[in-house]
Order: sequence, then C-alpha cells, then structure tokens
Amino acid sequence: MAPSLEEPFENVSDALTSSLKKQPALVAPEPEHCPGPESQNAGQGDACAGCPNQAICASAPKGPDPDIPIITQRLAGIKHKILVLSGKGGVGKSTFTTMLAHAFASDPENVVGVMDTDICGPSIPKMMGVETETIHVTNTGWEPVWVSDNLGVMSVQFMLPNRDDAVIWRGPKKNGLIKQFLKDVEWGEMDYLVVDTPPGTSDEHLSVNSFLKESGVDGALLITTPQEVSLLDVRKEIDFCRKAGIRILGLVENMSGFVCPKCTHQSEIFRATTGGGRRLAEETKVPFLGAVPLDPRIGMSCDFGESFLDNFGESPACAALLEVVKGVQREIGVVVKEMKD
Amino acid sequence: MSLHDIKRILLVLSGKGGVGKSSITTQLALTLSLQGHRVGVLDVDLTGPSIPRFFGIENAKIRQAPGGWIPVTVHENQDASSADGSGKSRGALYCMSLGFLLADRGDAVVWRGPKKTAMVRQFLTDVFWGDLDYLLIDTPPGTSDEHISLVETLLKSATPEQLAGAVVVTTPQAISISDVKKEINFCAKTGVRVLGVIENMAGFVCPNCSECTNVFSKGGGEVMATEFNVPFLGSVPIDPMFIRLIEEGQTPVYPEGTIIQGQNMDSNPAANGHLSTADDSLAQKYTKCSLFPIFTQMTGQLVSATLNPHT
Repeated sequence: MAPSLEEPFENVSDALTSSLKKQPALVAPEPEHCPGPESQNAGQGDACAGCPNQAICASAPKGPDPDIPIITQRLAGIKHKILVLSGKGGVGKSTFTTMLAHAFASDPENVVGVMDTDICGPSIPKMMGVETETIHVTNTGWEPVWVSDNLGVMSVQFMLPNRDDAVIWRGPKKNGLIKQFLKDVEWGEMDYLVVDTPPGTSDEHLSVNSFLKESGVDGALLITTPQEVSLLDVRKEIDFCRKAGIRILGLVENMSGFVCPKCTHQSEIFRATTGGGRRLAEETKVPFLGAVPLDPRIGMSCDFGESFLDNFGESPACAALLEVVKGVQREIGVVVKEMKD
Repeated sequence: MSLHDIKRILLVLSGKGGVGKSSITTQLALTLSLQGHRVGVLDVDLTGPSIPRFFGIENAKIRQAPGGWIPVTVHENQDASSADGSGKSRGALYCMSLGFLLADRGDAVVWRGPKKTAMVRQFLTDVFWGDLDYLLIDTPPGTSDEHISLVETLLKSATPEQLAGAVVVTTPQAISISDVKKEINFCAKTGVRVLGVIENMAGFVCPNCSECTNVFSKGGGEVMATEFNVPFLGSVPIDPMFIRLIEEGQTPVYPEGTIIQGQNMDSNPAANGHLSTADDSLAQKYTKCSLFPIFTQMTGQLVSATLNPHT
C-alpha cells in the first residue's frame, strides 16, 4: 500500500471532541486507522472491517462521557485553573509550574494545587521536594501530597513502587490516570489549580482539555526558550490552543540570556535569531508576559526541591519571575493586594 | 523491506525533553558521515519534529514513489578525490521527519496514540533508505506510544545485529537524571542494549572571558552511567557557536585563548589545514566547531561498540 501524505492531517477537530464521549471497553487494540472508539462513525469506518471491536464500537452509546459531570462537581470548589503548556521539552514548564505555585502560595490565604500530567517523566515531585511521598487514599478519594499547609501536589510519581521505574504506557492508559486525578482526587476548596503538562500536542493535552472544558479553564501559560528550534514547537502549541478553544494567558520566554558570574558579561546561550518569544507573541497576537534570565541557581533549587523565590529573593531572575506571576494574575482577573514592606 | 539494507540502527533516547536529543542526533550523524559512513536520520518526534530545522532543510518535501517515501538528501556521497580539495571522503546523509509532510511549519499535529503508532510503523517500513551504514532514530521524550511502537516494530522487523542499541542523552541536573533513569529502565525492560550515556549541556564557556560555568551543574551523567553499569561516552559543553551554526549557518569562530577540553579552539581552522574551501555544506562548517573533536571520539567508541555486540 502506498503511504498517503494527506490523510492524517484533517482530524484535529475530531480528536478534540471525541474524548468528551465515553470510550467503550475494547477486546483488542485499536487498528491503525481506527476512527476512534468514541467517534460518531465508530464501527462503521473502513478500518473497522474485521476488527474484533467492531460490534462493541458500533453498539456503544455515543453520548458524552458520564464522568465529566462528576469531574465538574469535584472541581467546583477551585476558583482558577491554569494550564502550563509548551510544544518543546525542557524549556521549563515544570520549573515554572513550581515557581508559579510557590508564588501563589506565598500568600497564606491562598490554597494552591498542582497537578502533574506528565506521566512518563514526572518532575514536579522532585522540584517540590516531595519525591518520596505516597498517596493516601481516604473514603472520599485520594489525598494530594501537601508540600506546605496551602500547597498540594498530585503526580504519578507518588504511585510508583520504585523511584526510577519507567511508566511504559500507551495513550488510553495515560488518559485513564489523568481522569482519575481529576475525578478521584480530593482537591477541595482551592484558589488555584496549576496543571503541568508533558511536551507535545497529544493524548494528555487532549484529555486535560476535554475533561476540564465543562468546569472551565482560565487559560494556558505557554513557555518557550529564545531559539527558533523551540519557538517552532511553541507555534504548534499556539495552533493547538486556538483549535481547541483554550484561551492563551500569555507567553513567557525562559532561559533568555546568561550573566557570566566571572565577568558579568551577558551572553545569549540560546540565541534569539528570529526575535525570540517577544516577536512570536507579537506575530501571533498573544500577550508577552516577560523574559526570565538563565540563572544556574534556579536549576539547583529545583534539584534540591527548594523554592527559588524564597532562597534567592533578591536575584534579577526572581524579580522577572514575580513580574510574570503578576501578569498571569492580571490576565485571569485576580486583584492582588500590594504587599506591605 | 525498507530496513533490509541498513547495517546498524541506533536509537537516541531520553526521558526528559529539551536535553539535546535532536542536537546530539544531528552531530552524531554529521560526524559519522564525515568519517565516510552512509547515514540516515529518522525523526519519530511527531508532535515536535526538530530534525528539519537542525539540518537546515525545513523547506524540503518528501517525494513519493510507488510503495514508499524517498527521504530528503542532506548531502550525497563524496569521494576522497572529489573537487572540494579536503581530501576526505564523506558518506551520504538522508533525513526523514514528519516536519517534511506538514503544509505549514506552524501546524500542530494533534494525534492520539493509535495514529502515532501507525505513523511510526509507516516510517519504519515505507521509507526507501537504500544502502546505509547507520540509521539514527531521534525520539520524543518519554516512554510512551512512539517508543513502544518503535521498539516493537524494530524487534519484529530488524535482526538483532541490525538493532545495535540506544544512546541515552541527559543533562547534568538531578531533575533530568531522574527522568533518564526511567528511560534506562525502559531499555532494560524491552531488551534494548544501552550503548552509552552522553551528558549534554555540561558547562558553558563564556565567549567574553572563556570562563566555564556549569549552568546545569556537572558530572551527573557519569555518576548515573556508573550506577546503571552502562558506558559513559562523554560530556558535551554548551557551545554558542554550534547553536549559531544551526540557527544562522555561520561557520564557528572562537576568540583567541578559548580552550575547550584542553584544545585551543582559535587555532583550530589552521590545524585542520583547509581554511577556505568553496564547500559551504553544513558538514564542512561543522568540522570547525569545538564539539566536532568530542563527537569524533564518541562516534569512535560507538562504532567499536556496535562491532562487538556482546562486550
């Protein structure tokens, strides 16, 4: 069979809506060109002929997933939900999620939750310094791991028997866990829920989006580094957000510029040859929330699971970060009381 | 069978994103090609393909032939006697990536697992690579659909001699190491041999004062390799000149007195003996980069490791 060049590229809207519907229990893996067990023409596509699931898919009810109202109910007490996205890996999504959460939680009146949807490479527990914790199950649901009195975290890392175990899962299994994180976790009354995501535009992103659609997401914060290699992937993520109807709160440029500790010469490790994040933001008409310089101490704080904002409050990187946090709060309409000095 | 004439298949893996899988893949490919091997690069990062950008062939398109795809050529075979005067032979270099199939470079590819699986399989079975010494496969971060499908298909359709193993890339930070450990466990579970660990972004040499700063700390890769009893292939520092070469196509030049890994970089072009050739291919420019000697040494180790499958 000659491979087709166009066929796979038209189904974005299908992919976006299909997971709102309930997936029937299958008896065999989906075939290559499966229309999706929850899609409208499930069981009737060309690929369905001869598939052991055909009868199940064709007869399954095509209604919306009955779990979605439960999720909406569960998350009703959360005022603001923010996604942290980037098409590219290693640009600082988890670092930013952590710092955003710490910044929100620095006001003792706020209760903040962090949900780590990166199933295959969870970083949040280590950055928060709670890597060795496990989940407690109560009769009302799973209890998040509390980093401090007002900062709770949920991640797949807490469920692994050994710290270094690989989670070798295909899409549907990852979606199932993300659903459980939303449905079964006792989030309670919260001011902010920050959702960290893996790189890309695939299962995790589609699931988070469709599960949270009903309960309402404030928007997404996009992270990039200044190089074109990263901007290229972030462009795809902007495209994804637009197609999925996710509001973009803004774009943050991370790792922009590095100050040599010896000669204080500022060099651009990741050179912005195409104008960096600022230019991309202008081009795509997305708010630009700021540029955070590369500071080796941020990475070190993450490695030790400490809060960079608490430890190095005086650094320029910290000031830039707090600017971004303010920008996010402005975008989601939170009025921040001025801190008394 | 598109894998039939390929001698060795190497995977480039990492549990963490943005540690330099594509950058390492690119440099391994260029170095192997400069050593005279015929090299193919397959990019299975479907939602964030970077390989076209790295090789500067973003506008290239895949051609379709009856029964398969023809990969994009970066450069053809070149004999030692050819006109560029370098006196060195260079193997052909081909690339295949989903990036070549997109109508617009900003288009998002929003696919769930089964679709990605189908694409990975198609990439492995329907590309006319021809006769290759090495096929390098660049992967997305994680241990999910792409990786499972990739390894499944390779175990089924490639011989054990062909599937040489995996190169695992990390940065020195603990946060990256902890994800990469998962990847090594993935290799152990699926029976893919780990050929070695490369530590990327180990230190940054200030272009102003040539002071080396460990931006993302240092030494973590080696410690991890020892812990898992796999070979450590080496540390690669951050070289702004390499990034410049990729982003702007500039030949790397270094300020006087820059010494990277014991080598004085500003004398490098003269030492190579051919300062001004008419050849301005990416591979030729790369020979001026401070990272080239590091990769020459690492590919040396890799080549000998793939020749002795059980040591």
